[in-house]
Amino acid sequence: MTEQSAVEVIVERRQAPIDYIDRTREQYSGLGYPPYAWTHSEDAPPWTEVPGPLSELRLGVIATGGIYRAGQTAFTYKDDTTYRAIPTDVAAEELRATHFAYDLTDARDDINVVFPIDTLRALVAEGRVGELGPNFYTCMGGIYSQRRVSEELAPALVERCLADELDVVLLVPV
Amino acid sequence: MCHQTVGLIARQLEAAGIPTVCLTSARDITRAVNPPRAAFLDFPLGHTSGRPHQPELNREIVSDALRAFEVLTVPGSMLHLRYHWADDDSWKDGVMRPASDTGEDASGAKAADDRVERFDTPQYQCDADAEAAEASHGSADCMVCAGIDY
Repeated sequence: MTEQSAVEVIVERRQAPIDYIDRTREQYSGLGYPPYAWTHSEDAPPWTEVPGPLSELRLGVIATGGIYRAGQTAFTYKDDTTYRAIPTDVAAEELRATHFAYDLTDARDDINVVFPIDTLRALVAEGRVGELGPNFYTCMGGIYSQRRVSEELAPALVERCLADELDVVLLVPV
Repeated sequence: MCHQTVGLIARQLEAAGIPTVCLTSARDITRAVNPPRAAFLDFPLGHTSGRPHQPELNREIVSDALRAFEVLTVPGSMLHLRYHWADDDSWKDGVMRPASDTGEDASGAKAADDRVERFDTPQYQCDADAEAAEASHGSADCMVCAGIDY
């Protein structure tokens, strides 16, 4: 087999990214429910220039995988718009994941698959990132009400990120 | 839906003066919400920042995703990361689809609803966590109330 045909075989085995909006519509329709009205933002998103090289900046994380620290109250599965502050020096073994919409097996085996805490501490140690904020924030992303996300959860998190004087924020959905 | 939520939060953070990057494994949902910067990782949901017990790979993935802060200059653009979940993409075939040839069966009955019930009480990973939260709540240094904004 030549090099060229090997490449063609690989290309054929790749699929386009999954269209989750289509598959959700199919699933809801199969169950007899009307389609969910997803957010479609036609307007250009707001934009803030990155203030310097990443190696000099303070980074925060907001993750939606239903992650809490042992000792904290877990999230509910019904439009929970609360959040949890997780200190960035936490031991990864103290972190838990509960969620209704994804397979938790790997997250419970190694939380870094949905909450890159050890990963980012390593990136700080090697100088790729300047420092981490005092807390990472977690919430339950599976909130049907976009209004409640925009009016309750998002403003509360913005306030915390400003108070932590974060330079940049990485958001990790599930 | 998580992807929609983070997109909405990212837009508010950016408007408040904090640059953001949204990781995403659901490209279409992220495109619809249109956050300022995104980095797409074509992995199954539940692995947005890597694979279990592969710290070196995960460091590469997240480091590459952070490049979105450095290279994206047009609001609403998305970086595509170079990683694949498996040698082929057959894992995508069964996602959110019935395990067998169901859907509606011959009698026209609705498909079985195998989604997790939306419980409105805290869903602990284990019973010990519920007890720990209760114990913590009674102490002076309450971990339960810290971080919950009711």
